[in-house]
Amino acid sequence: MKKLEVKNISKSFDGKAVLRDVSLELESGEIVSLLGVSGGGKTTLFNVISGLLAPDSGRVFLDGKDITESPGHIGYMLQKDLLLPFRTIEDNVSLPLTLRGTKKKEARAAVSPYFAEFGLEGTQKKFPSQLSGGMRQRAALLRTYMFSGDACLLDEPFSALDTLTKSAMHGWYLDVMEKIKLSTLFITHDIDEAILLSDRIYILSGSPGEIKGEIVIKEAKPRRDDFSLTPEFLEYKKIIMNLL
Amino acid sequence: MTGLVPSYMLPSPVQVIKAFFEDIPLLIENSIITLKEAFIGLALGVGVGFAAAVLMDAFEILYKAFYPLLIITQTIPSVAIAPLLVLWFGYEMTPKIVLIVISTFFPVTVGLLEGLRGADKDAVGLMRSMGATRLQIFRYVKFPSSLPQLFSGLRIAAAYSVVGAVISEWLGGFGGLGVYMTRVKKAFAFDKMFAVIFLISAISLCLMALVEFSEKKCMPYRFINEKNVGSGAGGASPSPTTDRLR
Repeated sequence: MKKLEVKNISKSFDGKAVLRDVSLELESGEIVSLLGVSGGGKTTLFNVISGLLAPDSGRVFLDGKDITESPGHIGYMLQKDLLLPFRTIEDNVSLPLTLRGTKKKEARAAVSPYFAEFGLEGTQKKFPSQLSGGMRQRAALLRTYMFSGDACLLDEPFSALDTLTKSAMHGWYLDVMEKIKLSTLFITHDIDEAILLSDRIYILSGSPGEIKGEIVIKEAKPRRDDFSLTPEFLEYKKIIMNLL
Repeated sequence: MTGLVPSYMLPSPVQVIKAFFEDIPLLIENSIITLKEAFIGLALGVGVGFAAAVLMDAFEILYKAFYPLLIITQTIPSVAIAPLLVLWFGYEMTPKIVLIVISTFFPVTVGLLEGLRGADKDAVGLMRSMGATRLQIFRYVKFPSSLPQLFSGLRIAAAYSVVGAVISEWLGGFGGLGVYMTRVKKAFAFDKMFAVIFLISAISLCLMALVEFSEKKCMPYRFINEKNVGSGAGGASPSPTTDRLR
């Protein structure tokens, strides 16, 4: 079933076209990457999908329902964790529920089972400043999930982390996704990351940005620990580099 | 010092302390009046300052129209308007409170406004993407993130409130530390003069300490002991079940 459908989105700023006729689809439970150079319109596309920006033309559908220009349907996570420094982790994570009018106590109770699943045990009462960068991104992903257990947009969520942490986060991320089956559209400019995490990859490049290709990663999930060292992996990488 | 300045003009610390304890009942009586004015004035000033900042943050046009005017109100010396206020409102408490409101709302407005306008744009955008209303954005993001600046403003306002009360009492009134001050000055009782100066400083310091105390209560996250900071160094503290290098 199609979770998210983005149809023929075009967008320009001050007469300069940023996106031209971009269409993509996200199946239920799928992780799809949008790969492209920085400044290539990826974030603009996400702002359109999340409803924060109005496209010049084109529509966005979630479960067949038109959600163009209406924010509040899809979870959105950025490179910056944007955890509020004055709220504890549990209150940060339960914020989406609080916004919908759930009482503080109930919201805390609703999020608490997920702390273990996300590898966040014991951080409930801590403040964001007491956590490491990797842990903060975990909390940010949990908050995104609490907002919408349905579909979410991740905008370079791991790119601010150092290489080793990032690598550990990839493993963690795939494990969590196995459990919660969240349909995810994932922005990245890191080819390895895209191949490692996704079921499918869209290549967005050029100016204005257009979809230049689509690659299906056939490697089964959960993935082998040494997937990134296999010839198949390199083959995918070659294809992508030719497209970019 | 002896010989340079006569001792009745520059009393020794012992004389000041003695004067303080001799006049304690009078000082307490007058302190109560001054504190009452300071508290009422400060409360109203904070209220006005708060409302002004929130409105100017919400409506850009109000910000453009009134912010320059606010700055101008602060260039008028309070000693210059205090006598006018006495003329208009009499010798009772009203002119004092008005003066305190005028001098305390400004630091509150400026601090809060700066905090509200400086709230993280991305965090506001994220809240919008979650479908938050303007009021929710204010309550959950903008206002809490402006607390540090608000408290800086409050601390200044607290000090101004006592000074403002004393100045306005000085220029006309029936009671309060400012009135006491003018009386002892006219009696050339410099030991008492110094005693009351120290008392006023002490009261201001106490008020500022009170603000600091509530600051710590309101923003516990800013005063977390460094030792508690988690695994540090930016690493995702690895948990054996979920982390493995791939």
